[in-house]
Amino acid sequence: MRPKHRQKAHNRERMTGTMPLPYLPHTEADRSAMLREIGVSSIEELFHDIPERFRNAEFSLPPPLSELELKKELRQLAASNSNLDDYACFLGAGSYRHFIPSTVEHIIGRSEFSTAYTPYQAEVSQGTLQSVYEYQSLICQLTGMEVSNAGMYDGSTSAAEAAMMACSVTNRSKVAVLATVNPTYRDVLDTYCRGKNLPLVTLESGSESFPSDCACLIFQQPNFLGYFEQIEAYVQKAHDVGALVIAIVEPISLGMFRPPGDYEVDIAVAEGQPLGIPMSFGGPHLGIFACRKEYVRRMPGRIVGRTVDADGNPGYVMTLVTREQYIRRGRATSNICTSEALMALAAAVYLATLGKRGLKHVAELCYHKAHYAAQAIDKLKGYSLVFPQPFFKEFVIRCPVPPSQINQVLLKRKIIGGLDISHLIDNGMLLCVTEANTKRDIDILVETLGSL
Amino acid sequence: MKRHYLLPDISQAGRIGCSLPHLDVPSSELPPEELLRQELGLPEVSEVDLVRYFTALSKLNYGVDTGFYPLGSCTMKYNPKWHEDVAKLPGLTALHPYQSEQSVQGALQLMYRLQEYLAEITGMNATSLVPVAGAHGELAGLLMVKAYHQARGDKARKKILLTDSSHGTNPASAAMCGLETGVVASDARGDLDLKSLESMMNEEVAALTLTMPSTLGLFDPKIAEISQLVHERGGLLGGDGANLNALLGQTKFGELGFDYVQLNLHKTFSTPHGGGGPGSGPVCVKENLIDFLPTPLVTEDNGRYSFMSPPKSIGKMADFYGNFGVMVKAYAYLRSLGPEELKRISEDAVLNANYVKEKLKPHYFLPYDRTCMHEVVFSGKKQKAKGVATVDIAKRLLDYGLHPPTVYFPLIVSEALMTEPTETESKETLDNYIAAMIEIAREAAENPEVLRNAPHNTPVRRLDEARAFRQLDLRWEIDHQKK
Repeated sequence: MRPKHRQKAHNRERMTGTMPLPYLPHTEADRSAMLREIGVSSIEELFHDIPERFRNAEFSLPPPLSELELKKELRQLAASNSNLDDYACFLGAGSYRHFIPSTVEHIIGRSEFSTAYTPYQAEVSQGTLQSVYEYQSLICQLTGMEVSNAGMYDGSTSAAEAAMMACSVTNRSKVAVLATVNPTYRDVLDTYCRGKNLPLVTLESGSESFPSDCACLIFQQPNFLGYFEQIEAYVQKAHDVGALVIAIVEPISLGMFRPPGDYEVDIAVAEGQPLGIPMSFGGPHLGIFACRKEYVRRMPGRIVGRTVDADGNPGYVMTLVTREQYIRRGRATSNICTSEALMALAAAVYLATLGKRGLKHVAELCYHKAHYAAQAIDKLKGYSLVFPQPFFKEFVIRCPVPPSQINQVLLKRKIIGGLDISHLIDNGMLLCVTEANTKRDIDILVETLGSL
Repeated sequence: MKRHYLLPDISQAGRIGCSLPHLDVPSSELPPEELLRQELGLPEVSEVDLVRYFTALSKLNYGVDTGFYPLGSCTMKYNPKWHEDVAKLPGLTALHPYQSEQSVQGALQLMYRLQEYLAEITGMNATSLVPVAGAHGELAGLLMVKAYHQARGDKARKKILLTDSSHGTNPASAAMCGLETGVVASDARGDLDLKSLESMMNEEVAALTLTMPSTLGLFDPKIAEISQLVHERGGLLGGDGANLNALLGQTKFGELGFDYVQLNLHKTFSTPHGGGGPGSGPVCVKENLIDFLPTPLVTEDNGRYSFMSPPKSIGKMADFYGNFGVMVKAYAYLRSLGPEELKRISEDAVLNANYVKEKLKPHYFLPYDRTCMHEVVFSGKKQKAKGVATVDIAKRLLDYGLHPPTVYFPLIVSEALMTEPTETESKETLDNYIAAMIEIAREAAENPEVLRNAPHNTPVRRLDEARAFRQLDLRWEIDHQKK
């Protein structure tokens, strides 16, 4: 793992040594004047606290490149990736290709938003603070929950923090998760639970009873395999023994399907990436976190509230800060500090751009296109739809040959196939269809699968 | 349009902010009614109104592009524009994390190189890019510490030592690992008190974590003795790398004796902070912790890159591989700098902080009067004696069009004002800040009322935080849409 491969230094004559660095505005005259003011004769002297033997370390780094050279290098590097804009993509499983309206990029690209820090100085951060208030409101409207925080790292860490919160609320230490929850979410839960010495139990979907000593029940709706869990009776059982119920939901599906606030959920979390955030090879994404109002003081993360200023005009501040690490230190509700604020802004702009009709329409496009694809594949010889339950945009098919082989063939036809889940289901593939897939994409997929 | 309005106020049934495709496949039967949503209370806003609304909001914000942002411990340096451009290349954004490795070799190569560069700069042996923020990286570090001792069968080590000047995330991260914390005092010079460490460093201590230089902006010259003591007694030395900007190209965490260090790409490596993220908090380790790194890492074999999981990994800490989009910008920054340039960055950062220190020393109390590193911590206690609190000084700076320093941190300095100018600021910018701070010190003495009522010319005046806390108003509801 130790770096063994080093880039060879370029042999060409380097001239940049004579050029100033654009990031450093000081001239030599500035530096000399400042050193005089400080009363030292060299910058070296300012580092005298670092013991001599640790100074002047050797660095083996490639020589610097100019903006022009680096742009070229990065364009080449980017070109060596198979960019999904040039492919038909049927891969989901936690990161999704959805249409992103241009409003999103233009607004989050405004540097007043992107180059600000966390809004500690509220008077000059009303832009960030008011948009967080909008975000919290939109997330509450979308999920049907009473309160939302300003966002977490991603869906999986939101789920893990929700589990920690449930333990703190119930004063119990055991966490229960359904086996149909996304396996990487369960892995992250496992990491966090082991960290805090909390036993994690995995329950089969359709279990008869719920263990009475668990702090929470975590389930995913629709689940990792794409279909909707029949969960209400089980939610009731968890509540009966005093556990909190945590739902992991999919935000686009909520344009069409019942929100978690409608089925007695205590904490709803989600991966917010489908809401206007590029896949970006897995990050930055966004963790949505919403809950019942009675638990707001146990929530992790930033929360923004509306108040008034000294003149009585409305304004916004970070509130309930006594939950947070910079005030409460070791007794904070979480260690989270920097999160994914700009991604939360993207989600807010996305939801406002699409609005009530737009989000419903996008959800319906996903639903009908996914069903069109599933039905067509189910009719192919050797293929079958594995689960009969209702689903949204993802579904599992059983293939006649290993999915890894199928994906190789699809790639040659500029199609990124589904996730190979043959370790869970014999020759199983988890496919995802969104509004970004045209009928033509789907028809070519079906035709290619049929030709194998 | 009046200024105080929200999305519901510009919503009208029938509006939308973008165009969407029509359904091009036959529609399927809908699922059972009980699964379907009845009501969706989202606003309906036209594109132009939406853009104007958020543009107006952006104008109420202050960013690095607006002006000087000397927020201590946050390293608010300028973020070069072209980094944003390269980070938007479709070949870097339109990538699904589960695409086959063969189809993302460029992305993996970039991650691999970044792992190498960060290990090289910190003097460590390996890097995991998975943590997405500084506190997430701290959590990774402490989980590794815990796993390391458990793997050695040393189960008694359940305590983390921190200094009294540490970031709030340090004890909070320890709590998330189920570890107790012990606080080592600082000595009169602001360094770690060796006697205090000596008395606390026993067989229950898993690690000492140190911010280097400290949050007082000071480099502890006893670092070798500290490291030796911690290691002799079986502990590990962990680094909070929030202040790496002071040490870039000067010295290496690995050579100072640290076993791991967590970095903040959104501080030292110039990726924009986004109003509170996205960040990236890679963790770099020595040989002894490599096997425990969070999964996955990128490896290289004959020019082919792939993911791998360390044998005793603490596991997955995020859904995918970390904040790739942030890594691209940090990579661009690093590739534009060689060893000499890295050194010039820390030199100017330290020069700027010392310049501010010398110029303001006659006007504000300086609790630790010695050469500082990249940031300087003053105390507002002279002014406090005249009835002006540090918060008033901070708010008054806003009237001068400047962002205040970090206030009331570190906790061991009363009325703390922690200024980190960063290397990207010119002498003129610093002189302007210094002049404003001197003027404010004069006002504090002569006209304290103007400070206590500050700010006067910001988009809003001082906000009622107590009311926000008491009368929680955390959202609008669509029912309130039309008042």
